[in-house]
Amino acid sequence: MIKQNDKISITGGLLDRRVFLKKGLVFSVATLSSDPLHATRDDARLPWMKTPGATFSNYGQPSTYEQDVIRWTMANSMAGGNGVSWTPLHKMEGTITPNGLHFERHHNGVPQIEPERHQLLIHGAVEKPLIFDMVALLRYPMTSCFTFIECGGNSNAAWRDEPIQVAAGYFHGMASCSEWTGIPLSILLNEAKIKEPAKWVIAEGADAAMMSISIPLDKMLDDCILAVYQNGERIRPENGYPLRLIVPGWEGVLNVKWLRRLHLTNRPSMTRNETAKYTELLPSGKARQFTFVMEAKSLITSPSVGQKLENPGLYQISGLAWSGRGRITKVEVSADAGRTWAEAELQQPVLSKCFTRFRIPWQWDGKGTVLKSRAVDETGYIQPERSALIAARGKYGYFHYNAIVSWGISNQGEISHVYTE
Amino acid sequence: MFIRNSLVFIVSLISFSVAAKEISPNLGKVASIQLIQQWNRDVFPDGEGLPIGRGTAIIGKAIYQQHCIACHGVEGMGSSAEELAGAEHALTDTPPDKTIGNYWPYASTLFDFINRAMHINNPGSLSADEVYAVTAYLLYLNGIIEKTSVINQKTLVAIKMPNAKGMVNIYKKEAQ
Ligand code: HEC
Repeated sequence: MIKQNDKISITGGLLDRRVFLKKGLVFSVATLSSDPLHATRDDARLPWMKTPGATFSNYGQPSTYEQDVIRWTMANSMAGGNGVSWTPLHKMEGTITPNGLHFERHHNGVPQIEPERHQLLIHGAVEKPLIFDMVALLRYPMTSCFTFIECGGNSNAAWRDEPIQVAAGYFHGMASCSEWTGIPLSILLNEAKIKEPAKWVIAEGADAAMMSISIPLDKMLDDCILAVYQNGERIRPENGYPLRLIVPGWEGVLNVKWLRRLHLTNRPSMTRNETAKYTELLPSGKARQFTFVMEAKSLITSPSVGQKLENPGLYQISGLAWSGRGRITKVEVSADAGRTWAEAELQQPVLSKCFTRFRIPWQWDGKGTVLKSRAVDETGYIQPERSALIAARGKYGYFHYNAIVSWGISNQGEISHVYTE
Repeated sequence: MFIRNSLVFIVSLISFSVAAKEISPNLGKVASIQLIQQWNRDVFPDGEGLPIGRGTAIIGKAIYQQHCIACHGVEGMGSSAEELAGAEHALTDTPPDKTIGNYWPYASTLFDFINRAMHINNPGSLSADEVYAVTAYLLYLNGIIEKTSVINQKTLVAIKMPNAKGMVNIYKKEAQ
């Protein structure tokens, strides 16, 4: 229970974020079902406590009671390998995305690559064009990078005039976060000896789309890695097995899966995915191109649209924030539609270009209101309100939507996606 | 004391950068020119990478009807995949239409994309002549060339797309 000295300091019922650390708080839980727990005498020793459990397994699976924690998939009706799947962020906690739930964007399906036949070619403006097989690459020094990958088209439904009513992950979940382990790209590029006038690198995948895209060489040398492992195991086929380019903080499309070729040049090749797509049309008729960085963004994942607050009481607001420019320095939460804001607790460690979990306790009084979160990153950039984003970019840019997300709470505790201005 | 410490610092910096260079086990094998030519399909706006070949919209129409129409519709409109022609709204309209004719800044992109990715059920199956021809057909549908114009290595590069000046390079702008 809330004690008298735990002052409700902010309008809207948000409590000091440090209240978490104190004992004796009783949390209510936002749920989809409303079955009350009832204890009977049988519960003293439940069936699975009366017989031996299952034997060992070679590869663990989620509980059969968690079968709704899944990616949401959407593909082209005539080309089943062209589409996307979203990470169920609204059903997850912490910061790491399990490999089976990492979002996907494929242009022509998931190739089933035989690792013995996969090779990486580095050519163009280098003194020694080189080719590597996987056996060779696995002998290179590796490093890890905890980073999010977010599709440039993530959250695009929020450009629409009416707020879409689907679970939070199923329109903001083209973003996932992993520990990627692999070879710093600079080692391989230096081995090939970069020469003038190299400024760009065209990266190409070994999928049926031969997806290709141009990336500035400076970024490649700065912090890109050639990933072999994802969260400790070899990268899953749908995430680029056996090799994926990781371009921390930049648009997902640059993180080329199934990487098989790096072509060093003095200019971009103006591929379809850097001209027709992943460019943002402005009201002036001009379009923003090479908008690589994913700007700061946050959203409350619990409670969120589609869930229900069962009764007035204490809730933990929990969400994710990230920025392609570096660390998240602050996340503020509002429980009164943006009139007042309180600083949420950031889960440590806060890493650069990585999902950051924020949490804050909230006393819901049973009245209708609006919840929002707002991220600030180390460059001082503040996540904009939707109206500010639209004022700057118009409504038809499609890519790079990063505005504040608003969840409307009805006095029945139902949660919907709303626009507040 | 101060000088000695900073000297140590400089020395350790140097040895670090040497180490960073030497850290590669150098297992890359030199790639032959033939292999690079076989693998490299990148096509650039200035024509680098375009293979020898030619085609017209007349020939391209037949290829389109055989290999593309199922997904992209009659004359590039109204089926399951992206519209390839027929923009009715300008880029400044509400809502705008974005198609090859009014949005794509370079004709080379069309060749590059079709050559590597289409048709989606059998990518890489079209010959260079066929890719030139179907590219010509799409350019013709978008009102950019005549039905009889020959599209080849030279003429493709000479095409000025209506939206050639429509893109603002944000990466370059931010670097300045
Ligand atoms: C089985 C369905 C299918 C067939 C057949 C097909 N396409 Fe496509 N096409 C697609 C899909 C799906 C996309 C979207 C690809 C993506 O998102 O990466 C696409 C994209 C394109 C694009 C890019 C459009 C844009 O606005 O970015 C072009 C150009 C194109 N196709 C040309 C062709 C041509 C030419 C052919 C015939 C040689 C062809 N396609 C055959 C399904 C098909």
